[in-house]
Amino acid sequence: MAAVGSACLFVGLLCALYAVGASLYGARTGRRGFVDSSRRAVYALAALMVGAFVVLEAAYLRSDLSFEIVVGSSSTDTPTFYKLTGMWSTQEGSLMLWALVLSIFSAAVLRATRHSLRELVPYATAVLGAIALFFLALSTFVESPFATLAAPAAAGNGLNPLLRNPAMMIHPPMLYAGYVAFSIPFAFAVGALVTRRTGADWIRATRRFALIAWSFLGLGILLGALWSYSELGWGGYWAWDPVENASLMPWLTGTAFLHSVMVQEKRGMLRVWNVSLIVATFVLSLLGTFLVRSGVLSSIHAFGASTLGVPFLAFIGGVLLGSVVLVLTRLPDLRSEARLDSLASREAAFLLNNLVLVGLCFVVFWGTFFPLISEAVTGTESSVGPPWFNRYVTPLALALVALSGIGPLIAWRRATPANLRRAFLVPLAVAAATGVGLVALTPAEDSVPSLVMFALVAFVLAVVAQELWRGAGARRTMTGEPRPLALARLVGRNRRRYGGYIVHAGISLLLLGVAASSAFVDQSDARLAPGQTARVGDYDVTYREPTARFLDDRSGTGAPVTFGAVLDVRRREGGEAFTLRPSRNYYEAAATGPMGVFGRFFSGESTTEVDMRRGLGRDVWMAVQPDLRALIGPIKEANRRFSDVPGEAQALILAAIVERYRRAAPPATFRTLVSPMIAWIWLGGAVVLLGSLVALWPTPGARARRVTSLYAARLGRELSRA
Amino acid sequence: MAPARKRKLRAIVLLTVALLLAGALVYTSFSGATEAATPFQLVSSADPGRSYQLTGKVVEGSVEREGDRLRFAVRDRAGRTSIPVVYEGVVPDPFREGREVIVDGPVVGGTLVAERDSLVTKCPSKFTEKKKGEQSS
Amino acid sequence: MEYVIAVLILVALVGLFVTGPLRRGEREVEAARADRCAELEAAKEVKLREIRDAELDFRMGKVSEADHRATDRELRAQAIEILEQLDAVEGRRPAEH
Repeated sequence: MAAVGSACLFVGLLCALYAVGASLYGARTGRRGFVDSSRRAVYALAALMVGAFVVLEAAYLRSDLSFEIVVGSSSTDTPTFYKLTGMWSTQEGSLMLWALVLSIFSAAVLRATRHSLRELVPYATAVLGAIALFFLALSTFVESPFATLAAPAAAGNGLNPLLRNPAMMIHPPMLYAGYVAFSIPFAFAVGALVTRRTGADWIRATRRFALIAWSFLGLGILLGALWSYSELGWGGYWAWDPVENASLMPWLTGTAFLHSVMVQEKRGMLRVWNVSLIVATFVLSLLGTFLVRSGVLSSIHAFGASTLGVPFLAFIGGVLLGSVVLVLTRLPDLRSEARLDSLASREAAFLLNNLVLVGLCFVVFWGTFFPLISEAVTGTESSVGPPWFNRYVTPLALALVALSGIGPLIAWRRATPANLRRAFLVPLAVAAATGVGLVALTPAEDSVPSLVMFALVAFVLAVVAQELWRGAGARRTMTGEPRPLALARLVGRNRRRYGGYIVHAGISLLLLGVAASSAFVDQSDARLAPGQTARVGDYDVTYREPTARFLDDRSGTGAPVTFGAVLDVRRREGGEAFTLRPSRNYYEAAATGPMGVFGRFFSGESTTEVDMRRGLGRDVWMAVQPDLRALIGPIKEANRRFSDVPGEAQALILAAIVERYRRAAPPATFRTLVSPMIAWIWLGGAVVLLGSLVALWPTPGARARRVTSLYAARLGRELSRA
Repeated sequence: MAPARKRKLRAIVLLTVALLLAGALVYTSFSGATEAATPFQLVSSADPGRSYQLTGKVVEGSVEREGDRLRFAVRDRAGRTSIPVVYEGVVPDPFREGREVIVDGPVVGGTLVAERDSLVTKCPSKFTEKKKGEQSS
Repeated sequence: MEYVIAVLILVALVGLFVTGPLRRGEREVEAARADRCAELEAAKEVKLREIRDAELDFRMGKVSEADHRATDRELRAQAIEILEQLDAVEGRRPAEH
């Protein structure tokens, strides 16, 4: 079976090669047949990659231990979900996943554009084929997922316990879908530059793919943050870690791109900016893919250079260099068709928005690569931490939210003072009222940035509401529909615009959660013995009793031993009272170490199992670090007396040791966090995705045939089919 | 003012603002950064009172828990020099003897007194890595 | 061995599929005209949407009447141009006034 998978990869590589050659030949000689043939090669590539994927997943499902990859990341007793998703916890698997998603998206875009952009599409095909070629070459010749062992292994390693969490397994494919999808607009931009068709056609053809890329990437980033918050023992969701930043950077430039292309579509401006931006986004996507598995940021995330470091850097360098040369040689074709008429225009707002987003990306980039920069400049390697990032990101984020409210209110080209007055009056009033109300009624003024953020969020939400209200009213005037129907039709006919507004609302809610939970969190690290109480914010937390479970993993990851605690949490001013049960899973160590036969079960990997009570107003989050020193005695005794005992009897002894923890009830260290409004981060993210879906949804195409008549009348008729 | 001149002025103002902000950014990054160091460097030439970012492997058998405090020693990846560390705060899930860690803090009397919650552990798998127990793929 | 057989079979299948357009011979002119039609239709849709968007903006009070009239005139002229081009491609004669 592995041979079939390998064959699929190899023939796929041939397809990619053919696609590049045939499309370029067809473009140069004008022979359409070759262009069509190259498109089919991409379809075939997609089919082959799906085939290879199926072969690999089948191997995982049946735990085929002759596959090296299965041995390394799965085992016969791994739960099915983790068997299916274990593929992308490995290097080889993720490379193949990249190629798979790329081939599917490429096939989709080529099918959608098979009748349009005749000169441009062949070059885009060649670019996509070349990218696929790179990943397939790595997959086929360097890190093949279909490598087999001479003799099947006795047992698999199983999935790393730290990865056994649903969010963590969905996070990589989401990120990859995002990174990969950005190669579509990139390829079309290159095609546009090569063929000198630098109008907005390439943008329109790939608009949906850019939005899909942005959505997937955002979802992947959000899932990563959610995982960090719900699974790790520190209670935060973002640490400005290089790996997190690597996925954020292309998302920031991608957001800028989504906005600035609208300016090009409407006014023919910002052409150089747009092609540069998509090149930057694609390069950052490659960098994001690569950073995670290489030794670039050597001080923090290297394991010694991985075999893929050099090829990736070479590829990224080549892409960057080639794109820069291409843009420079096509500068004359990229001149703007129009100029900025007024600062009070949507173009200006979008330009500012782009500057803020690129500024944010620069801050993140600088901070992430600072170890390398400082080493190059001063000779010593140093790094900056979250306080530095937060200092610069906060004002930029505030500016971004403000702009997301201002943009929708201003028209293209020019807004008169009267227009502005009418547009801004209500939202500004709402923002001011919110600010004043918060200062009067809450401790919000303790954190000025948060207060400003709250007011701006109110501003944006008011803007979105006003747009919906007035838009429905305008539609009613034009068509006479009742208001609810007008609203529905309004959104339905202007999906791009209103989907975008919903996204703005979602981002505001998300940043609301970020601001509130960062500025007003109450945290406590306390060492409690059973019966003791700790105070955290408004709550009293009492350690009632310890818990100890053997072969009873409630979290579904197959951990043999779980120690935890039951805590009663009570709100001091009365009202809420609930129980939390945080715990810690312990997995056996692979080899018998200094702790002996029985100590093996307590000295392997261990993972935090957080418990929390979520709420719209706040989350109460808890993690426990049990103190296992009380078990050292029983373990030593068991080692001494029972180490030669058979398996089932060993299990009984272990159960007894585990029970000892519950009886001894030693003190444990608890971290408690009361985070206000943190749930709004996830809710806001969901709203953003909803908005994206609305914006992505295809509008019904023009249906009725035209009747030959006067042009103007015909036009009027077409317009009235609104 | 003629439109062309106005546009030029706008561009200059924008560029100046951007450069000033970038300058502030660059300056604070150099002045506020934490220097990376290996155990050997810290043992031989640490500046007292200055915070460093120590990278190295946890010495086998050196991990002790005292209540809320964790004591362990960190040695050079390939060498023998080691430095004791005392740490309070979240211990990342992958933390174990023999693993690579990063921890921040000043050296006081030959021991690194770590900043709270600054411990980061790298996973030995060739591909995934962890920070404060965080994962990436 | 299994690998070589698999490769050969796949190459044969894929080769058949991929070289289809090459073997079919060219219906160049027809295909080109159909493509141009589709492109113009798409351009028309885009222009219609722009006109509707501009009207919505005006009705919502974001643009002054004078500005809107100018923009609307411009966009309608561009739309009529596209319709003319469409008719030319489709071989229809322009309508009598």
